[in-house]
Amino acid sequence: MSPLHLCLLLSTVLFCIGLAAVLVRTSAILVLLGVELMLNAANLNFIAFWRYGPGGDDTGVIFVLFSIAVAAAEAAVGLALVIALHRHRRTIALKAANQLRG
Amino acid sequence: MSLAFLALALVCVVTASAAMISRNLIHSALLLVLTWIGLAGLYLWAGADFVGFSQAIVYVGGVSMVVLFAVLLTRRQRDEPLVLIPEAGVGRVVAGLAATFWVAALLVPAMVVAPLVQRAGPGPTLTVKRIGELLAGPHLVAVLVVGVILTVSLIGALYLAAPVTAEDQPEWDNGGTGRDRGNQEEPS
Amino acid sequence: MTTTSVPSSESWLEVAPLQARDALLGLLPESLHWIASSVLAIAVLVGAFGLMFAYLTLAERKLLGRIQNRPGPNRTGWAGLLQPFADAVKALTKEDIVPRDADKVLHALAPVSLVALSLIGLAVIPFGRHLVAIELDAAVLYFFAAGAATELSIFMAGWASRNKYSLLAAMRALAQLISYEVPLLLSVVPVVLVAGTLSTTAIVAAQGGWAAGFWPHWHVLTPWGFSAFCLFMIAALAESNRSPFDLPEAESELIAGHLTEYSGFKYALFFMAEYFGMAALSAMAVTLFLGGWQAPLGWLEVLPSYVWFAAKLLALLAGFIWIRATFPRLRIDQLTRLAWKFLVPMALLNLANAAFWSLTAGWSGPLQAVRWAVSLAAVVVPFLLLSRSLFSGLGPRVYRYAPS
Repeated sequence: MSPLHLCLLLSTVLFCIGLAAVLVRTSAILVLLGVELMLNAANLNFIAFWRYGPGGDDTGVIFVLFSIAVAAAEAAVGLALVIALHRHRRTIALKAANQLRG
Repeated sequence: MSLAFLALALVCVVTASAAMISRNLIHSALLLVLTWIGLAGLYLWAGADFVGFSQAIVYVGGVSMVVLFAVLLTRRQRDEPLVLIPEAGVGRVVAGLAATFWVAALLVPAMVVAPLVQRAGPGPTLTVKRIGELLAGPHLVAVLVVGVILTVSLIGALYLAAPVTAEDQPEWDNGGTGRDRGNQEEPS
Repeated sequence: MTTTSVPSSESWLEVAPLQARDALLGLLPESLHWIASSVLAIAVLVGAFGLMFAYLTLAERKLLGRIQNRPGPNRTGWAGLLQPFADAVKALTKEDIVPRDADKVLHALAPVSLVALSLIGLAVIPFGRHLVAIELDAAVLYFFAAGAATELSIFMAGWASRNKYSLLAAMRALAQLISYEVPLLLSVVPVVLVAGTLSTTAIVAAQGGWAAGFWPHWHVLTPWGFSAFCLFMIAALAESNRSPFDLPEAESELIAGHLTEYSGFKYALFFMAEYFGMAALSAMAVTLFLGGWQAPLGWLEVLPSYVWFAAKLLALLAGFIWIRATFPRLRIDQLTRLAWKFLVPMALLNLANAAFWSLTAGWSGPLQAVRWAVSLAAVVVPFLLLSRSLFSGLGPRVYRYAPS
């Protein structure tokens, strides 16, 4: 098995761990962390293809930089939502977030 | 295939699974920090130094802090440092894991048999100067857009998390003036 | 260390460390050189900074004593010079207490990881002309990436202790360190902008030479550089939890903050990490702003470069101690307000100032005076306006006394 295949396999495993967390866990914060993990797995793919791919351009690395920046913004907004949810419902269980009006 | 890659991959997978299984939110967050460090190590191993260090600064220094802060702010009881999550129902666990295995079953075989074109020999080198030129040249618009997104999301997060009514406001917060609340006018 | 060939044409003092290293490496077979040189670099760094830590604690106690008009420790050895070793023996022989409900693993992990993380940043600091442990293209980024994780250790210590004061300290530490990470990084950006590189060795090299024969090209000696240096040092004080920003361990409010449940050697490790962190940030400040290992004047280059670096480093550390003895502690709201309403806008404006400075690098003659005047105004005017708005609405405090 080639290094590129191994990298892709690793990122698949990480992606699936994140996906399982998003689907199974009840805590909003853990779900957010699962989403972050999935994003990270995707980033790893970009780096793997930049390192082993045939192309000679560096767009993969640049894309990962943007992805990291956007993931940081996502974490900030997501956790602000969690805090707002906790303020209204006194819990961060996802089941509690079942109303559109605050 | 180097030993370093396998070690880092093992660290990532083990810490990530442990983080997602743990019932203690703080442990989850700290274990996930280890995953992020492992990923930064993988980027370094691949030769993308700049990305690796950025990953460490943003995730280990930034996102983890925000996560831990959110965990501490959303405790059920104020003086209870333990943060345990209730167990999910059996149905949820089974359905979630089934869906995950389905995705994995689709992805892994496709990935293993895929005929990927690969570069032989050493990987590409990318200096910091080159990244700067790329960011300030062909990707300038994207940089500006990301800046706008970050600003907007920061303001949005502030708006969402800021207390809106008086009873949401913690007792110790008197508007940052440092004066006692008794000295201020009572809201009618 | 990376450079292997010993350059000639330099004084023997300058190359003495290199020759010592080569002599040591010569004793080993060729195949072990790569690991031996790394181990040697680590050993020298840990040894030098460990010794410096020991005597820094003594210097701090002596200086604080002098400032408070008392002699300070003077009983162990001649003039108290053996005091650090007596302290070490005491810390090592004390009982190591772990609270029953503590998170045992995190409780033990916190001090160890804190010391390790505050040491690894030192790897990219050029301590002398040829003395840098690893030369990296993105060295400045590496330094701050290494430092970014120290907050987590403090949080771990505070949370794992299962103590309400420790937990409060952990939350304070998070709020404080998030707030001050921003101005710390923003005050570094102008240097990177002007030097055009993230490599520490290149940044030091860019500060070589003298304008008009006596005015060193150090960044601190330009208006934007001076402003950035002050911002960096203020943020560094907060990042290393030193007074007046030592809120996480404010002893008058939180017992000892995240250190409450630590004793014996683990406590000593925290103490050590504080000094290592302080030394690492000071070393970075020397590298970025004070010209690194460059001598202030041409004829002073008879002293080897590492002596100049050590002198600047010790001067900054003495400044840290002086500040600790002088300023009262801030309150948490004052602390965050200072960061977000003063330091961050100042650092952002300073970035524009540095951009102006690097765009006008070609100006000469009378235009040079214009350049200095504009840059100076771009520092002084925002400083006055921001510091005025920082205190607006706070007015003089009104005290009401019981009628007599």
